[in-house]
Amino acid sequence: MSATDDVEKAVAAAFREEWGQVVATLIRVTGDWDLAEESAQDAFAQALDRWRRDGIPRRPGAWLTTTARHRALDVLRREAVGAAKLREAAVLARDEGPYDPEYDGEDSGVQDDRLRLIFTCCHPALPIEARVALTLRTLAGLTTPEIARAFIVPEATMAQRLVRAKKKIRNAGIPYRVPPAHLLPERTTGVLGVLYLLFNEGYAASSGADLVRTDLCAEAIRLARLLARLMPDEPETLGLLALLLLHDARRHTRVDAAGELVTLEDQDRSAWDRAEIDEGTALLETALRRGRPGAYQIQAAIAACHTTATTAEDTDWADIAALYGELSRFVPSAVVRLNRAVAVGMSEGADAGLALVADLEREGDLTGYHLLPATRADLLRRSGRTREAAEAYERALELVENDAERRFLQKRLAECRSA
Amino acid sequence: MKYALLFCTPVGAEERSPAEHAADPRFAAYFDEVRAGRVTGGARLRPASDATTVRVRGDEVLLSDGPFAETKEYLAGISFIDVADLDEAIALAARHPAALDGGSVEVRPVWE
Repeated sequence: MSATDDVEKAVAAAFREEWGQVVATLIRVTGDWDLAEESAQDAFAQALDRWRRDGIPRRPGAWLTTTARHRALDVLRREAVGAAKLREAAVLARDEGPYDPEYDGEDSGVQDDRLRLIFTCCHPALPIEARVALTLRTLAGLTTPEIARAFIVPEATMAQRLVRAKKKIRNAGIPYRVPPAHLLPERTTGVLGVLYLLFNEGYAASSGADLVRTDLCAEAIRLARLLARLMPDEPETLGLLALLLLHDARRHTRVDAAGELVTLEDQDRSAWDRAEIDEGTALLETALRRGRPGAYQIQAAIAACHTTATTAEDTDWADIAALYGELSRFVPSAVVRLNRAVAVGMSEGADAGLALVADLEREGDLTGYHLLPATRADLLRRSGRTREAAEAYERALELVENDAERRFLQKRLAECRSA
Repeated sequence: MKYALLFCTPVGAEERSPAEHAADPRFAAYFDEVRAGRVTGGARLRPASDATTVRVRGDEVLLSDGPFAETKEYLAGISFIDVADLDEAIALAARHPAALDGGSVEVRPVWE
């Protein structure tokens, strides 16, 4: 391998590892999000040439941050027409030290910068799409066209969304900081929610051929890993990472070669990602030992019940039903209760599950949701009442929107009719 | 940072005078504890039914009764506050009784 390849690899690796940190630090020292991104971009471009000439620095992150800081200072000095800009440049110059490969004292501060950045990107005063886009752009280093493709919106729309979000942060006075203790629990939940949404965007796209979208799963896991490292005392951050890993382990077996949905019980368990399952379950155990359960830990525990069962028949449905019961204390939603109905139907018999489905039908919160009749249909099918099951499948088919799910329900309906 | 808090009340809700508000313990708590030292000015406004809207089209001054648009809420009052950042402004807004009872508080940064 040539030295050029080595440098390109080192820059690519540094980009994945250090981009968020460089941008986060530059935002703190300049207060200017656009300047921070431009300076970071410039530092990575310079790295290609300079590392070829001078060798790869011992601490690439510190080299990049120092270089980006110099660049920002240059820009501010050049633009320093007003007193405010001069003050900014002065502040920047004061912090400015030469790159020192031995100096390691800034590391805790550097980590704080990334936490500041993620809490600011996920501030609840920003619209949710902007939170997701801003996190991907500034913290994960995805380009605007990449984010636009991942969310299937025109590039101009995504660019506009990012511009507007940065403008609001500046004009509305959204603070660049980790929230104080009294706000931290709810804001942390907000950050975790953004990462979970990001993962689900990629997960839902798994049935399609669009690899950019499924890359969102990898980005969400990378960001959740970062957050778990930055907030190791918060069990829900570990719970979220565990949940994402346990879902991701099964991702590739959810659709077959023809693009058709494969249900959990028919998936090829030998193809599940063992390393992800092991890491997810270990993280979950660490989280649960803290004795502060939460929605993500419980969902991870449910996912672990599935992924650690050697066969579908070995699944501990009684355990899963109990966990869904626990989950509804944290997330009082009818969808959670529907999932519990499935688990109860599997552990105590179809009639027990059908009784819970009937409760939900009476309450009406899920009217129009195709999985309500689909669940009824599945429980009836399992207990051999194929004629009633077929009727419920027909109702589900009237409501379903996703093509892969429609084909799956049609297949089941045909099976029930021919039984 | 300076913000304006715009207190919006549902149209048709009970209209209470400043004196009645002052006697309400929730407002008293807000005035005495929450906003102390952070409000730089403001006003309670009479209801939308007392409003006159002015527009000029060509040379003509057009007047209409009430607020310009049909809305579900009307602006009942305004405060100017000076606080550290949006989080602090939100905390103030969230403690104001108008944010409860079906009303809302709009937090707007002052354009300086």
